[in-house]
Amino acid sequence: MKDNKDTRVVVGMSGGVDSSVTALLLKQQGYDVVGIFMKNWDDTDENGVCTATEDFDDVIRVCNQIGIPYYGVNFEKQYWDKVFTYFLDEYKAGRTPNPDVMCNKEIKFKAFLEHALSLGADYVATGHYAQVRREGDHVEMLRGVDENKDQTYFLNQLSEDVLRKVMFPLGHLPKAEVRRIAKENNLATADKKDSTGICFIGERNFKEFLSEYLPAQPGKIMTLDGIEKGTHDGLMYYTIGQRQGLGIGGPGGPWFVVGKNLADNILYVGAEYHNDALYSEGLVADALNWINEQPAEPFHCTAKFRYRQKDHGVMVYPNPDGTVKVVFDNPERAITPGQAIVFYQDEVCLGGGTINDVLKNDQPISYVG
Amino acid sequence: MTAIYLDHAATTPVHPDVIQAMTAVLAEDFGNPSSVHSFGRKARQHLDQARAIAAQSLHAGERDIIFTSGGTEANNMAITGAAFANQEKGKHVITTKIEHHAVLHTINNLEQQGFEISYLDVDETGQITVEQVQEALREDTILVSIMMVNNETGVIQPIAAIGEILHDHQAYFHTDAVQAYGILPIDINILQVDLLTVSSHKINGPKGLGFLYSNKEVTLEPIQYGGEQERKRRPGTENVAGIVGFAKAIELVQREQASCFTAYQQYRDQFVQELEQQGVNFLINGKQDQSVPSIINISFPGTNVESLLMNFDLSGVAASSGSACTAGSVDPSHVLSAMFSPENERTNNSIRFSFGLANDLDNIKEAAGKVAAIVNRLTK
Repeated sequence: MKDNKDTRVVVGMSGGVDSSVTALLLKQQGYDVVGIFMKNWDDTDENGVCTATEDFDDVIRVCNQIGIPYYGVNFEKQYWDKVFTYFLDEYKAGRTPNPDVMCNKEIKFKAFLEHALSLGADYVATGHYAQVRREGDHVEMLRGVDENKDQTYFLNQLSEDVLRKVMFPLGHLPKAEVRRIAKENNLATADKKDSTGICFIGERNFKEFLSEYLPAQPGKIMTLDGIEKGTHDGLMYYTIGQRQGLGIGGPGGPWFVVGKNLADNILYVGAEYHNDALYSEGLVADALNWINEQPAEPFHCTAKFRYRQKDHGVMVYPNPDGTVKVVFDNPERAITPGQAIVFYQDEVCLGGGTINDVLKNDQPISYVG
Repeated sequence: MTAIYLDHAATTPVHPDVIQAMTAVLAEDFGNPSSVHSFGRKARQHLDQARAIAAQSLHAGERDIIFTSGGTEANNMAITGAAFANQEKGKHVITTKIEHHAVLHTINNLEQQGFEISYLDVDETGQITVEQVQEALREDTILVSIMMVNNETGVIQPIAAIGEILHDHQAYFHTDAVQAYGILPIDINILQVDLLTVSSHKINGPKGLGFLYSNKEVTLEPIQYGGEQERKRRPGTENVAGIVGFAKAIELVQREQASCFTAYQQYRDQFVQELEQQGVNFLINGKQDQSVPSIINISFPGTNVESLLMNFDLSGVAASSGSACTAGSVDPSHVLSAMFSPENERTNNSIRFSFGLANDLDNIKEAAGKVAAIVNRLTK
């Protein structure tokens, strides 16, 4: 084992408080720390100011406070090719993509990791709320201690080989403690607001953003019984289970999105939060990543179908083609194709995949997929 | 680990004699050169001496020197000033695609204000030809602005020959001599330029200073208002201590020009030789027999600029890609883009090394060894 001072850790710094504290903690532990800012998106506001420039300024201030070198690296092309193209393709297919999962897989823990290794890094570190447990050669990813902040959902596509070279120094800390450390050390980003939403959209209106890239095709809103309820602005703007923004009222509501018909451009709605049409009994997932061993036999574990959701008990049935069928212990509401399903055995994240078909009576629900 | 500085084209260490000269003025002679008392006269004396030194360095008259806040301001003043003062004679301006942004962006602004611009291309040599200027020249051309030495490649442009063909033309001839000054001898009578830009911090002087040589026939529209200083062309109380430091730096580069030139040739040769001996795969950008020895731009096939620069820095070698950065990441160089095309691998894997006061043969050899080890590690 190398001494910390001879161990180079390259930290992915966003200009936010989490990655700032990540760099600080590693520096305090005596590592040879290098801060790198990734510019993944060209975003210039109406005053000609690039938001990335402001974030990089924060990285510079923090790195100077900590006393580490900093650089910027441009992954705009990789991000466009690997993340944004996927994002648009999924919306075109009527699904709800998860660009953060893809960004971690393709950019932060691939392009960035490779870049860091070319700088002689022993590890890369990020401010994600997740933990890496190393036992000899065996490396596992555990949930972050702060239940409310745990980000393993977004990290489900990381492999054991990648995790070997990864540190998550915040994983054992509650968010409040991270803020406290930042304040105590007077870090320039101590009071900076957490970023919300998808990074390239930022605070902008999602609908407006998407319409710049995909043509919107308005169509009918109908119930599954074929009663017309109004018009929608384009199927891509809606996700399963959504209530807001439908613009329909009247008796029988409130109304929720229960499905889409891409071929006929119809948005299906149903009344009441607990509408039976929103409930399913299982799903089929593909693009599976198993962090440690790939399962050969069916097994029981817990799963999340969206970020910050509580765990739900499921049986996982591996298929010969590498996909899995997942059967829920109890029916689940608003399972959404395109979103990630992530599996856990207690605190250990096993990996995850992309939700494809949603099942009822062991058959795909036609109005969802 | 002491880092080795190979980025003198970006800025240079301040010479100890310059610091001494400035410190003395800062400590003792705080007067305002415009004041009508002994304090003012003392400051004025410093200013006049400095102006004489600057003028002599170009074989120019003292009245032709306008001190500015640096090369960027001098370029803005020359280009914007000359264009607007002479727009009734025509609105056509000639420049090149390889100018420093201080020139290029100023001329882009003229274009937006209704001037018509010819941007001359370069080929892989990185050198403009007299014929290109001749072809672009029109009756209504009022200004030609072409740099003397390119800041990224070190390639010398044929200023005297261009000066010759412009001799009987109405167009004023401006040259940005920021990278040439102190390395090449400059005589404005031989070059036949009307306007010439010099920066202090590129020649071991303080930052925030430069001068524009503007011959007395040139009319310049002021870009600033507010006082009588610099014959109204650059109002504002003069930075006397800085100007004294600048003048000292001018004296030093004038005195040591020949010996520095030889030393930089040795550094460049040593650097290249060391890379060759270590089996590094590289190509030198720009016409080598037409370059200053203080700048060398090298392409390392199979690498990329960002990774190289970070690796060099982490191992204690300071170099640059010579181009602008946005949010810390390197944009492709407009100079190499003009020479090779923006997509060409060479545009994205080239590094500028520039030599100067911080170097000697030992640290050049050491730096080249580190560069070689990194490039070999990344490519083999």
